[in-house]
Amino acid sequence: MDLDLMINSFPKLLSATLTTLKLLSLSLIFGLILGLIFAIMRLSKKKIIANFSYSFSYVFRGTPLLVQIFIIYFGLGQIEYLRSTILWTVLKEPYWCAIIAFSLNTGAYTSEILRSAFQTIKPGFIEAGKSLGISNKIIFYKIQIPIAIKQSLPAYGNEIILMLKGTSLASTVTLMDLTGVAKYIISTTFKPVEVFIVAGSIYLFLTFLIHNFIKFAEKKMGTN
Amino acid sequence: MELLYFGTKGWGDELFVAFLMTIAVSITAMFIGILFSIVFTPLKLSNNKVLNFISNFYTTVIRGVPELLVIYLLFFGGSGAVMFVASMFGYNKYIEINAFITGSFAIGIISGAYSTEVFRGAIQSIDRGQFEACKALGFKKFIYFLKVIIPQMLRLAIPNLSNVWQITLKDTSLISVTGLVEIMRQSYIAAGSTRDPLFFYSFAALLYLILTFVSMKILNKLENKYSRGF
Repeated sequence: MDLDLMINSFPKLLSATLTTLKLLSLSLIFGLILGLIFAIMRLSKKKIIANFSYSFSYVFRGTPLLVQIFIIYFGLGQIEYLRSTILWTVLKEPYWCAIIAFSLNTGAYTSEILRSAFQTIKPGFIEAGKSLGISNKIIFYKIQIPIAIKQSLPAYGNEIILMLKGTSLASTVTLMDLTGVAKYIISTTFKPVEVFIVAGSIYLFLTFLIHNFIKFAEKKMGTN
Repeated sequence: MELLYFGTKGWGDELFVAFLMTIAVSITAMFIGILFSIVFTPLKLSNNKVLNFISNFYTTVIRGVPELLVIYLLFFGGSGAVMFVASMFGYNKYIEINAFITGSFAIGIISGAYSTEVFRGAIQSIDRGQFEACKALGFKKFIYFLKVIIPQMLRLAIPNLSNVWQITLKDTSLISVTGLVEIMRQSYIAAGSTRDPLFFYSFAALLYLILTFVSMKILNKLENKYSRGF
């Protein structure tokens, strides 16, 4: 055990944690919006829209995140047309490519979580709203969405943790996140165990925080 | 399409071999994972606090730390650990572990943590009466686990195990960082030498989709078979 290395690498890894957290929070926000849109599309009565949403989530859940990042980062740059549009300012940055890939990926999983939450809402709630003469829009915003959020919290908590682990793939497209820096230190010092212990504890601590935050939120919302 | 020709002209045969390699690594890793869970599930269910702690430590750490980090640990530390064990037996030469073994072992450890949780959940949701009935009939512990508990557990575990399989299958893409030539690595090589990453990575995505689709169909059949009568 090389304690000095562990102590020396801690600040470096901690500052890399900031990158990891930035990646995580941005992709969760975009992913949640995408997930909600796709969940609503999935429940649409028009078959084309529902099928489109289904195939989106199927493709993104059926392929590894690594392929998705590589397609967006290495693949899209190959299209000449894209290079001339304004999109290129975003797509040439590995940072944004990673966020796009993560958002699409977590969006696909979130849409499944939200869809099943919407589908398990008892029809009685919606009927009660209708019989009171409440408009469909208000039923959706005031009844369906709050119940769906409550029901999907435990599953969404798992998704956040999976996404935290997913952000480690950003290191494959040259970003120096927690895993990227850990790999750099390992490959320069050849002390994998020590670095693994430090970086792993940071990840575990984050997982622990997320887990407890979700538990707290569940309690607050009164779900059991 | 020429890029996919077999032989020296295209990358068809290389990608096909890589495709088989992904399947081989996934199956080996899943198998190693199940071996791990056969060891750790009883520890998790035991009344001994120390054994409980060991097993909980394993599943929590592996499920809370990114897969890539575990792979780096084994990739950079694996041969050192093996050499250390070998040196205790008086073997001091350099040992290089093959990428296939490191890779499937790394993914197997990860997959094992998930399947341990699956087995634990399945055993815990078996009716307590079943255990008591076995004890009342005076069965030996080994017999009643083999003949009564495990068949019932499998029915409950298979849907979740198929999820673990899907996770394992997708995780194998990560061991491309160690240089094992599976789908992802081969696509990386092909994309580098033809300057056509979009095509090759999309093709890799398609191959993974085929794998997940086919395995889902097979696992659904298995699920139906084990839930006959329910």
